[in-house]
Amino acid sequence: MTEQVEASSRSADLPDLRVTRSRRNTLPSGIGALVLIVVLFAFPYYVGPGTTGIMVQGLIVLTLASMWNLLAGYAGLVSVGQQAFFGLGAYFVLIPATHGITPWFGLVIAAIGAAVCAVPLWWLVARLRLGYFAIATWVLASVVMLVIEQISSIGGGTGEPLPGLSGMQPAVLTAYTYWAALTVAVLAIGGVYLLLRSKIGLTLTAIRDDERAARSSGVRVGLARMGVFIAAAAGCGAAGGVLAIEQLQVVPGTAGGVFSVQWTAEMAFAVIIGGLGTIEGPILGTIVFMVLQQKLQSYNAWYLIVLGVVAIAIALFARRGLWGLVVDRFNIRLFPVGYHLWAPGEKRKRQAAHAAP
Amino acid sequence: MAWVNAIIQGILIGGLYALFACGLSLMFGVMKVVNLAHGDLAVLAGYIGVGVIAVTHVPVLWSIPVVVVLMAGIGYILQRSLIQGAISRGELTTLIVTFGLSIIIENALQQFFTANSRGLGVGDSFITASFSIGSQITIAWLYVVIFVLAVVVLLGLSLYLSRSRYGRLIRAVADDQEAAQLSGANYRHVFGIAAAIAFGTVAVAGMFEGMITTISPTLGTDTILLFAFASVVIGGLGSLWGTLLGGVILGVSQAVGAQISPSWEQLAGYAVFLLVLVIRPQGLVGQGATS
Repeated sequence: MTEQVEASSRSADLPDLRVTRSRRNTLPSGIGALVLIVVLFAFPYYVGPGTTGIMVQGLIVLTLASMWNLLAGYAGLVSVGQQAFFGLGAYFVLIPATHGITPWFGLVIAAIGAAVCAVPLWWLVARLRLGYFAIATWVLASVVMLVIEQISSIGGGTGEPLPGLSGMQPAVLTAYTYWAALTVAVLAIGGVYLLLRSKIGLTLTAIRDDERAARSSGVRVGLARMGVFIAAAAGCGAAGGVLAIEQLQVVPGTAGGVFSVQWTAEMAFAVIIGGLGTIEGPILGTIVFMVLQQKLQSYNAWYLIVLGVVAIAIALFARRGLWGLVVDRFNIRLFPVGYHLWAPGEKRKRQAAHAAP
Repeated sequence: MAWVNAIIQGILIGGLYALFACGLSLMFGVMKVVNLAHGDLAVLAGYIGVGVIAVTHVPVLWSIPVVVVLMAGIGYILQRSLIQGAISRGELTTLIVTFGLSIIIENALQQFFTANSRGLGVGDSFITASFSIGSQITIAWLYVVIFVLAVVVLLGLSLYLSRSRYGRLIRAVADDQEAAQLSGANYRHVFGIAAAIAFGTVAVAGMFEGMITTISPTLGTDTILLFAFASVVIGGLGSLWGTLLGGVILGVSQAVGAQISPSWEQLAGYAVFLLVLVIRPQGLVGQGATS
């Protein structure tokens, strides 16, 4: 995990310069993450299907939140229409399933299908910025829903049950669904991490810091944004596929259906509460989200009202979210995507406060 | 004749869309705020109207001024507190705060009034009155009133912005916030006035929406915000008459779409919206939409 660039060979003036991904050795946190994933995968063997059922919902929100964070936190694309890709993903599991393809493989189709659909939709909104982009994506989600509802062979406006899983035992099905949801979430977060460490990540950082400067230095701003939009569509599509399997049906419509803006609200609130623009933020935000949802679930829509109030408060008074507070307090990064420049003579073990990242 | 009827109905409903849109356009023009809660404000106004009528038993038309004043007050207070706080922290925060407001309003209405739809002034003879031209064209008086009212509101607004002292102040602040501030204008107060106007106009539109059909908590995000935005984009930003034109074009395309097949009503409207977005992103009369 510690990628080193020996700068001494390039510049004679700065002999002792060292650049690493993190200020600390990331091997322990890497091993920790691996252990956590293994433990999470073993969950269905020692907790009941009720708990794994709730965790599936959490993992769907986690996947969505990671995607929304990539869009809004790194590419400056505040999309309020991600429910379009979420819903499309659900349908890309349903449609092959009605033709005899197993829904588990359907998840792959969902990710690819949503990504393919994102290309023409991106073309429509690529020129727009911020607020205009936000409402335009919202309109697109509405258009996608209206078009899907026209097709009566996939249930039209009422939806359709998902075939292909009726032979499985309920407990086994819940465990498989959980594993699928966990795989999607791990791939989503891992994908975001790798994407941000790649050249696209560097491009996005350049755009975030100064878009005009990046543009004039030859950074292909539009291409990077398109890449992020498509990647986020793929992730949201896969999450929608998981929902189709979890609910064993696909219902369109905005009231409780797959095209409800509520999905975007959930992912956005989780990201804002956890911390926009960090990979850890959506994870923390999803945990807060799930705890609140479980505590308030007997009060119907109240959990979204409370989450909305908390998200507004955090956006106004703690802009970097809960994870930002953790970083300020303990200075840890589980997913280092930036670089740390070591001052000449700075010791590795010393956590000097003046060497700000 | 059915087509002529559809087009006339479309033009008239376009007035309502322009009423929905002008507040959205004004807030963006003056304070660069894209208010994602705009549609929910219309629905909120409708429910406040339900409450006012239930308490005072006044006819629905008399309740409108009360609701408008209430909503304008809410607009001023929200602008001076939450929205101003968000503006000073950047555009991203503004979007998050207004989106949060949208979800909060929608779910709170759902919580207190259930998801059932409600009509305003049901049974009022004024709601159902209509007149006929020939044998096939029947026009409801309510639609005519809405269209005339929309034109009056837009005319009043554009006169207010160009002639009155506060209107000039609003335009000055929209033009150059710092220069206006240096000349002694309190831009926060001016923003508050602009928000009050925006909330007031959307309240009128929300009340009439409740009269011509029904309102339900999710209506704001399902259609109203999107129709308002489509009207602004089609007409072009920064021109109130462009907004009226945008509303009328959206209304006519929806009516024509519905005439072909009832389920195409909304799709036809959005198709025209997307066409304008791609071919003429600055709108039909506006100066620019991408900046």
